[in-house]
Amino acid sequence: MYVAVKGGERAIDNAHQWLAEERRGDTGVAELSLDQIRQQLGLAVCRVMAEGSLYDPDLAALAIKQARGDLIEAIFLIRAYRTTLPRIGHSEPVETSAMRCDRRISATFKDLPGGQVLGPTFDYTHRLLDFALAAESEGLAEVAQAAPDPAPKPRVTDFLDRDGLIQPEMPSDATPPDMTREPMEYPAERPLRLQALTRGDEGFVLGMAYSTQRGYGRNHPFVGEMRVGTVPVEMEIPELGFAIEIGEVQLTECETVNQFTGSKTEPAQFTRGYGLVFGHSERKAISMALVDRALRWEELGEDRTGAPAQDEEFVLSHADNIQATGFLEHIKLPHYVDFQSELELIRKLRADALAATQKEAAE
Amino acid sequence: MLDQTGPEMDRKSWMGLLARAPQARLDALLRQVGGLPAHDWLRPPETGGVMVRGRAGGTGAAFNLGEMTVTRCALRLTNGAVGHAYVQGCFRAHAERAALVDALMQTGRADEIRSQVLGPLEREETERRAARAARAAATKVDFFTMVRGED
Repeated sequence: MYVAVKGGERAIDNAHQWLAEERRGDTGVAELSLDQIRQQLGLAVCRVMAEGSLYDPDLAALAIKQARGDLIEAIFLIRAYRTTLPRIGHSEPVETSAMRCDRRISATFKDLPGGQVLGPTFDYTHRLLDFALAAESEGLAEVAQAAPDPAPKPRVTDFLDRDGLIQPEMPSDATPPDMTREPMEYPAERPLRLQALTRGDEGFVLGMAYSTQRGYGRNHPFVGEMRVGTVPVEMEIPELGFAIEIGEVQLTECETVNQFTGSKTEPAQFTRGYGLVFGHSERKAISMALVDRALRWEELGEDRTGAPAQDEEFVLSHADNIQATGFLEHIKLPHYVDFQSELELIRKLRADALAATQKEAAE
Repeated sequence: MLDQTGPEMDRKSWMGLLARAPQARLDALLRQVGGLPAHDWLRPPETGGVMVRGRAGGTGAAFNLGEMTVTRCALRLTNGAVGHAYVQGCFRAHAERAALVDALMQTGRADEIRSQVLGPLEREETERRAARAARAAATKVDFFTMVRGED
């Protein structure tokens, strides 16, 4: 039974007004602009775009401001906005091999063609708080520049593939399933799993990936390659009869090279895990690749060890932080009637039990 | 992915350039060549989502990566030239200006628009990309092997 509880409108309005005031904070401190958020909290913007599943840095910055920096709340705002947008179409699959790379590293080949490019990375920093930033008088050192290298940056997995050392990817332009249009169905094909993982919660996907490293569905990953940069997005325009670039997006791509033992009929080959995420998000891309690989156990003829990261229904149905937080947080909203019935039940049980004991004692 | 320079730039290239252009800069350049010409809407600006696809392993089966915002419109100038635009983001004014440039490129003003609007946009984009590429190049690792041992 559902019983609406009325009342509280004035309290709710007042609460929201106070929320707006708290969001603004001390008015003696300058207000944050969306440009500041986009420029100076860029990785938060990236996370909101990736998990909000909508690439738009301006909207992500607005959501972060409105949510007071609560990124899951910001992702919720973006997801809600996304549902109001008509779907114009879909792009051609992006060509990550043609990425304009800010960063491109391999943990497997030192001297790979195109080189190791560190880019703007936290790696090799000492993780010591920099109190100079607190002084807000950050003098920027001149950033070094060098002649850009025109050499292409081929994929590491391509050289392994050429020598037959890694299990090949089979190109397919089949229309992929879209979990934003149809309910999830299990067993899920790999394209559906990749969609769910790329928009999944970074913390959850990280935890699942970490569990495989600790032995729950171990798959011996090497980061064959990770690249961060921009790719153009192309879409076929029906009224023009040709494809145009409708913009460009920043992506992080991670390809892992994983151990695999061959069989009597097949020689030993490496296998792959794949991560591709909107924005600059290395932790998420590597995590996605590890979990993608763990979920491929059946296709690769591995044993199911009972590890959580091998259970696609468990992984995919708990990866979405908006579904999760929606269900979790609703329990703080009024459940007075539900609770009243439970309370009556427990009183009745206790009364019955008491009556039975008293009867027993009397006999 | 090759940057096409001025005279060879075809419609596909300039529509892409306009889609990526900073809106304020496009607006300023268009105003410098006489402002926004009169036009009728064939399709007024509309913002929607485009599902961006990737491929498993970069080369395998297509999958849905997530959506991006796109604003599109179509218009007709008083001389009959039709312009289309699909631009990244939610800004209607951006789509309108991009479609105006596309339409003007079908008219006798094409050379002027090419040199005064598309040329600067392309040069500035090339400069922005080169600045990032130069910074990336400076972070390229040059490995060297330490000579060790006593002999």
